[in-house]
Parts: sequence; C-alpha cells; structure tokens
Amino acid sequence: MFGAGGGTSSYEEIETTDLILLWGTNARVAHPIFFHHILKGIDNGAVTYAVDPRRSESAAWADHWLGLDVGTDIALANAVGREIIAAGLVNDEFVERATTGFDDYRRAVDPYTLERAEAITGVPAAAIRDLAHAYATAGTAQLCWTLGITEHHNGSDNVFSLINLSLLTGHIGRYGSGLVPIRGQNNVQGGGDMGALPNKLPGFQDVADDTARSAFERRWGTTIPSEPGWHISAMFEAMERRDLRALYIIGENPAQSEANATAVRAALGGLDHLVVQDLFFTATAELADVVLPAAAGWAETEGTFTSSERRVQRVRKAVEPPGEARDDMVILTDLARRFGHDWPDPDAEAVWDELRSLSPIHAGMSYRRLEDEGGLQWPCRDENDPGDRFLHGRLWKDPIEGPRAPFVPVEYRPPLDELTDEYPIRLTTGRHLDSYNTGVQSGRFHSPRRTGGTIDLSSHDAATIGVTDGDRVRVTSRRGTVTAPVTVDRRLRQGLAFMPIHYPDEVDVNVLTNDEWDPKAGTAEFKATAIRVERIDSWT
Amino acid sequence: MDLRHLDTPPSDLERDAVDRVLDDAGFTAPSGDRTAVGGRTAAARRDLLLPSFHALNDAVGRITEGGLGYACERLTVPPAEAYGVATFYDLFAVGDAEAPIVRICDDVGCDPGTVEDLIDAFEGVGVERCACLGHCDAGGAALVTVPGRGIVEVPAPTVERIEAAIAGNVDGTTRTHTGSVGDPVLLARAGSVDPASLDDYLEGGGYRALTEAASVGPEGVLDLIADAGIKGRGGAGFPTAAKWAAVARAQSPVGYVVCNADESEPGTFKDRTILEQDPYAVVEGLTLAALVTGAKRGFIYLRGEYATAHDRIRHAVGKARARGYLGTDILGSGLDFDIEIRRGAGAYVCGEETALFNSIEGFRGEPRAKPPFPTVEGLFGAPTVINNVETLVGAVAAVAGTGTGTKLFPVSGAVHRPGLYEAPLGTTVAELIAAAGGAKGEVRSVLVGGAAGRFIDDLDAPLDDTASDVPLGSGAVVVFDRNTDMARVVRRIARFFRDESCGQCVPCRIGTVRQLEALDRHLAGSDERSLLDDVSAVLRDASICGLGQLASEAVQSALDLGLLERGGGRG
Repeated sequence: MFGAGGGTSSYEEIETTDLILLWGTNARVAHPIFFHHILKGIDNGAVTYAVDPRRSESAAWADHWLGLDVGTDIALANAVGREIIAAGLVNDEFVERATTGFDDYRRAVDPYTLERAEAITGVPAAAIRDLAHAYATAGTAQLCWTLGITEHHNGSDNVFSLINLSLLTGHIGRYGSGLVPIRGQNNVQGGGDMGALPNKLPGFQDVADDTARSAFERRWGTTIPSEPGWHISAMFEAMERRDLRALYIIGENPAQSEANATAVRAALGGLDHLVVQDLFFTATAELADVVLPAAAGWAETEGTFTSSERRVQRVRKAVEPPGEARDDMVILTDLARRFGHDWPDPDAEAVWDELRSLSPIHAGMSYRRLEDEGGLQWPCRDENDPGDRFLHGRLWKDPIEGPRAPFVPVEYRPPLDELTDEYPIRLTTGRHLDSYNTGVQSGRFHSPRRTGGTIDLSSHDAATIGVTDGDRVRVTSRRGTVTAPVTVDRRLRQGLAFMPIHYPDEVDVNVLTNDEWDPKAGTAEFKATAIRVERIDSWT
Repeated sequence: MDLRHLDTPPSDLERDAVDRVLDDAGFTAPSGDRTAVGGRTAAARRDLLLPSFHALNDAVGRITEGGLGYACERLTVPPAEAYGVATFYDLFAVGDAEAPIVRICDDVGCDPGTVEDLIDAFEGVGVERCACLGHCDAGGAALVTVPGRGIVEVPAPTVERIEAAIAGNVDGTTRTHTGSVGDPVLLARAGSVDPASLDDYLEGGGYRALTEAASVGPEGVLDLIADAGIKGRGGAGFPTAAKWAAVARAQSPVGYVVCNADESEPGTFKDRTILEQDPYAVVEGLTLAALVTGAKRGFIYLRGEYATAHDRIRHAVGKARARGYLGTDILGSGLDFDIEIRRGAGAYVCGEETALFNSIEGFRGEPRAKPPFPTVEGLFGAPTVINNVETLVGAVAAVAGTGTGTKLFPVSGAVHRPGLYEAPLGTTVAELIAAAGGAKGEVRSVLVGGAAGRFIDDLDAPLDDTASDVPLGSGAVVVFDRNTDMARVVRRIARFFRDESCGQCVPCRIGTVRQLEALDRHLAGSDERSLLDDVSAVLRDASICGLGQLASEAVQSALDLGLLERGGGRG
C-alpha cells in the first residue's frame, strides 16, 4: 500500500478492533490460522461484515453478509464511499491533512448511488448503507481481502476502491485500523519482499530507481535492467509469441494453477527448454526437459519466512532432505558455477546479511535478533529499531511525514467473460479447508473432509438442469470443457456456481477459467467465468 | 459459525412461521440470497429458538426436520443442539409424529375412570397420557395440538368436546370457581371484572399500586412490601422485598424482572386462574418490580399448556402497552419498561427459576448450580428478580393498601365445589374443605402442596408458611375419599418425578427411577421401606434443585401415614 506491498496491520490488532470487514475472502477455510485471530476479535465484540458472492464459511461468522454479484466490488465500494460522503461521515481532518485527490474521488463516486449500486451488485441499498455507516462510524476497523478482490481483470482497481474507503474514514495508520490483504501461504509476503516481482528489487525498491539499482549492481558486480521484466501472465503471452523460449520454474505448478490451462500447457509444451525445480513430480514437471528435485523450504533448509503481518521469522533445518533433493540455494549456486561464476559456498545467514545491506527495511534484522525477539516486523531499519506493528502511522503525525496518500478513483467495469444465453451461469473458484492450491502439497495426505473436485450448484440451477448430488455434468466455458460431479449447495443463489481449485487431476477447473489479466498486476480473472452446465445422460 | 445445516428444506408454512417470530422480535434481516444476519448477532438471539419451535408446532403440529433446520439456520444454532432442546419439551412432537395429538391428564386430581375411557376412545389417533394440566377443578383435562391452531385446552373433557376441539369448534373456556374465607384480596377482581377490559381493571382498583409507587419511590415500595411480609408464593417463601432490593442495588448490568407463570405442580391452578381472570394485575405487578429494580425488560414465562391464559395475558400486555402502561415513559413517570411473554413447552422442571432462565435463553431447561443466585446472575447473566404470579399480585395489593396476609389454595378432588379459594394464612384444611362445599364422602387423606408436597391426615392442621410440619408449597389441596386407590395416586406421583427429572444430575435421574421401581415392588408385597428411605435421603441431600430434593416427600409421607399398607387404599 502506498508503495510497499504489505498489510498495514499486525494480526493482534484484529483481536481488539471494533469492526472487521471481510471483502472477497473466505479466510475461514483459506486462511484458517489468521481466522483464529478474527475469531478472537469476534469473541471480543467486533462487529463483522462479509462481502462475498457466496455466503461462505467466513460469511457465516459475520454479523452481516452482503452477497454481491461476482466482479461488482467497485460498484459496491464506490457506493459505500458515496454514502459516507453524503451522510457527512468523512474523516475530514484526516482527508484534509493526509490525502490527495479527494475532490476527484468525490466526483468519481457521485454516480454510484445506493440504488444504482443495488442494480449493479444485487445487494439491497439498505444493506450497503448500513455497511457504509458502520465502517465510517467504527472507532477502529480492519479491512481484509484476498483473491476475491485481486483475481479479476481489474484486481488492482478493486484494491484501490477499498484503499479509498480507508482514506475516507481514516481507518489506516492507527493501531486497530488498517488494510489487511491476507497472504495465502506462510511466505508469499517473503517472496515479494525478496524481489520476486518483475518491477522490484528486494525490499520493494523499484528497478527504475537508479540509486537503488546501482547499489545492487555494485554489490552483485553486474548490470540490472532498468525496465521491469515480465510477470507470469505476460510470460505466457511471450511464450505464445515465441519471444520466450526457455523457462526455469521453481516451486510452481502453472500447468494446473494458471487460468485457461489448455493454452498454458500448449505454451509450456512449445518451449525449447523447460526446467522445473520442485519437491514433487508435478504436472508441470512432467512437461520439463530437466527436473531438479528440491528440498522442502521448512524442516530441510535454513532461512526465513515472512508472514502477512510483515513479520520475518527464522526457519531451521531439522532433517536431511530425502534422496537427491537439495536446498534451492545449493542448486542455484551450482548452476551459477556451471555458468562460470565463482559463487562462494551458500550460507543462509550470509545471504540474509547481504539482503540487509541492500534492503533498508530489513537492515536491523540480524539472525540473532530474529531468534531473540521471536521475529521482527519490517520496516526495521537498524539494530535498535523494534520494527513497526502497523504501517503509515506517519499519516497521523502533525505535520505528516512523507508523501500524502492519494485517492485513486476507479470505475466499475464488469467481468470480461460475459454472461449470455449460451453461457448463463457465473462460475467462481475457491478453496477448501483441507487442501492447498493444486493439491501438490496437500493431495497426498488423507483428509476425512476432502470432497474432491465438484461443481457446486444452487438448488434452483440443479433442478433446472435436472441433476442432484453426485450426478456428473459437463461444464463448458468459452475456453474449454470439463466434467465434474455436482454438489447442490443451498448457500448458492440461482446463476452462481462454485468449483474448488484443488483437484486438477479429477476436475481440471482451470481449463475453464479466463486468462485475461489485470494490466496493473498481471493477475488473471480466475474468479469470474461464464459457463453452461449440461447433464450427462447415461446413454450419451 | 461453522455449522453443517440439515438438507431438508422447510415448507412455506414453516418458513413463514419462523420468519414471523423473528420479524416480531425485530430480528428482521431475512436469510436471503443477498443478505443474511449471522455470527454473534444471530447467536445472540438464541432466545428466539423456543418461540420458533412454538410457531412451528402451532403451524404444523410438530417440529419437522425442515422446520428445525430452518430455525437453526436463521439463529445459527447447531441442529444437533436444537434437537436436544426440542426433545426436552413434552409439548413438541419431533419428527414425523401423526397429528393431531391428544393428551389426557391422568394425574392425581383427575378421575381415573374417565381417563381410561378417553384413552380407549382415541386409541390410534395419537393419544397419550400426560401429567396434571392444571384443570383439577374441572375434574379432568385434555390438551389437543391442532396444526394451524396450536394448542387447545379441553377442561372437563368428553369424547365429543375433544373431537370438537380437533375440528376447531370448541369453547375451551370454563371459568374456574373462586371463593374465599373472609374478604378476598388477591381474588378481589377475579370473576367480577371482564379480564379483557383495562377499564374494568382500573375501576376495580387497578394501577393504584403503581400510582402509589410513583409517589413513595422505590425505597418506599420496598418498605411497604417488607412491612406486609410478602413472601414468594412459588413454594420457597423467600421474602420478596429482599429479592427486589438485591437487584435494585446491583451495580450492573441492568437487570430483568421475570414472572414465573410456569405453574405445573400437580393439583395447582392458582396462577392460571389469576392470569385468566385478572391478567392486568400480573402486568402491574411486574411493572412495579421494574420500577423498584430499574429493569427495562420483563418476561412472563407462561406454562405452555395454558392456552387460554396465554390469550388473556397477551391481550392484557398489548392493551397496557397501547394505553401507556407499558413502553416508554410509563404514565409520564420517566419509567421505560416492557414485557415479553414466553411460553414453556411442557417441562415441570422449568418452574425452577434457573431452569426457566435457560429455557428463555433457548437452551434445555436444566437448572443451574446455585450460587450464583438469580439476583446476582440470572436471566442472560444479569441480576434478575423472578417472582411467582401470586407473589406479584400480593405485592400489588400490599402497595395499593388493599390487604395482605392471605394465600391462594386450589382445592380439588373429593369436594363438592372444587375451585380456587383465598384464605388467611393459618386456615385449616378442614376449613378449606368446608369452603369448597364440604367433602364428598369420608376423607381418607389430603395432599397438600402438590406432588412435591405431603399427604396429611390431620385436617385441623393450620396451613401457614411458618409451620414446619405442613409445608405450604404451592398451596394445592387435593382431597381423597375412602374410595380412592391410594396406591395408584402415590405411584402416579413417583412416575411424575421419574418422567419430569431433567436428567442433568445423577441422584435425581437415577433416584426417581429407583424410587418408582422400589415402590412397585413394595406395592406388590415386598418390604422396600428401607431402600425407599435411602433413595429419599440421596434425592433430598444430593439433587441440585428442588425437583429432586422434594421428589420423595409425597411417597415418604404416604408410607408414614400407612396409606400404602395392604388394603390401605381403602382404609
């Protein structure tokens, strides 16, 4: 947010906040550990709102659920903003002192009346109004989101629409008030922090920033391009153009995890050379020319993890990796040596100390401190810096420190995959509690709760199609067809279907999903697919 | 909540029934496909579970899986837990039981011959025996559950009257006879005013107490009640002023006042008679308690079987509200107070005050451990005054200055004019029998205080709340003549406690069963007195609530008086 990709708050803040707003996140099943912090908050009296097309497991815990249509988040957020302004509930002092662009924002949201938002989103105007008033008048509020916000063709705009609400109300930069994009894995935050982004160097330093870049160039003795590289969606387009012909994939299973899987597999299959480094022999590894077995990031290697609250913690090696599996760091060093670089024997702490010398927000985090203090939250600029529990407290300083936070007005644009008579049902994808992503890590463990791949249909749609629990149906989108068994889910309303993403070997859901991507973030529109569902009769 | 709800959908009738209950309670947001209320907000309305069950039972005559599931969904109650609540109460048929359901009272005050005839007549249409329905003055009673109409009382039942009730054409109301020894205080209006008319109530001296209270203030009211010696008339006899004062002085949170109208003691129909014939007095009594304690909300927990009383008290509360006697700024006094009526559902134990709280809160009506006592931690965890109907009406009379020192005695059985009699404390059983038109035949024994009371044979014993040998209990007086099969009566009482034990604490759950078994063997000729004495001691000493503690009183007194000796039933 405002230049650094991380949640602004600490987990503990949600335990004592006055209001929790879960927007596009089913944290109950997808982020079960974080949800325990939410449960403490609920238990302590936080009023909880959930905005989600489905009345998900998380939404069931909320005092109020708003069941918007898939991909209409901006219309809803803008209407909430407009209502806050119209009702005189803006935190004027904060907006005045700490933000820019309020007038443009006000003009931009003005057409989003409650009535218009109801027409677009399907959520009754009174419920939108209630949310607006509750969020604006709460003493403190935590706004949490995940992929329900970001996995859209306009995911970044969705995020901006939510940030705007926090600026409007001053629910940012104070203990208990903040923006919380929850990360889907223990170290997603760490990946971004370490520069695994096409436009960033470690510590969220821009590749276009000459000063920052030259520091890295000096340290690494090489030249770094000042132009951003490709993100994953752009890479696949480059593969289709044959501009990208060799790929080295570490710990990722795009053959099953990326949208429009048929096209993805064709692109991977068309590469001149594919290297896959993974713990398991994934569907992607099956396509590879070379497979490098890797050690597990936990238990088998030394290093650090960084959680969604920007907390860096040590991870320690407890056992030797099995068979030929080796630490990623060792594999990379060997590879560098084969390429003729004289890299020293790898050592996790030495690599970390190098990072500290180049990334100011990590500078104060020695291994020793990480161990003694149970982890540290960035920014932590020197050995005496305790780290920040929450970000952007500077916005409340008088006068404020650093740049003001900008409102970024955004317009609602519907999902790209249009609903038509041919594709009348909106499919959204998501997660189950006992499985993780494509199931590479979780699928081989038994779970009594695991349902396997299904398509969940509303009772109305199931009746229309003439199917019930367990019947197999053919599901077709503009990109492909899969078959799946039906589960009738009474929580779904007519026209809305859900498929879990965890079982691509049984139900190859990403054959259906849309690979159109958000130009700002490169994330594909997994969450909004137009489909039709047909019964498979036994005689066909 | 992480709840797995049932798949069976509710019928439209069931959905509407539950929705209406929740709407009326201000829990409006429907569980639609666009918005829903859940989480703590829904869980906080767990108290609407029992009213939802009543609405379902009234609408379709039972609690079906679909209906139960829908109530669970709206209130976020785990279905298994809700099933535990629904099956706790006798009035609810859970599952696919056939409707209508006819219940025939076969308790101590009802004529056994009539009972058996009726049971035979309705064999095969879902008939069952039940405990006292509180119409002992009519000599018998039936209760019919009619889908679409709910629960219908049929006092003095005949086959024709029950069939008419099922068909929906019965005049279920029979007026309980009232009388007194000396001038009536508590029954001053009963029978002489229109119970629907607030104007009649006012003309009969109604709301004089509240007017007086407004002038003397809470402390003044407490003094008046203390001076009048008002004690709890539910059976325990705790000084009312002390109870009210404790809640009035509690710091926080704001407390509740509750009227215990779950009258279920066999042989007892005094609270029903007041509720049917002078309902505004109960409303005024609860309002008086609110004025003293500062409570903003009051509850009347009414026995589920009392359908007529329910109509009357509901009407009275509505009328009082419409005329400014309930609601905000009552009579310009600045007092804000309102009353909700909650129906029990056929569980004797819910007359125990903490069980009653659990029942209102939507849980199984199991008593809580005490302390904490209700005045410290009662309904919804807040300091609570809970008083019996008669107690509240007594408090009203004390503050209005219309009299004090009397007690209500429901007299039934072998007397010529069964009914509810008001008499000064210290009146003897013989005097009460005389007031009730005299005994039919020679008196063999009298049961005082209902099933939890004792048999006596000394008719000259005074009934007083200080005399230790004849505990007053509810004041019920059931007279048995020499033709009575006393073994059947005593066995019925033992069966009653076995059936009504909530099962929560072991001494009562096991003890009431063992008592009945030992009694049966004893009646069959084996001498079980020593075992019965042991069971009695365990019940009395180790049960957590009055139900178990008093479950052997009647049996023990019958044994002591030799009522069960061979041929003893016929003297």
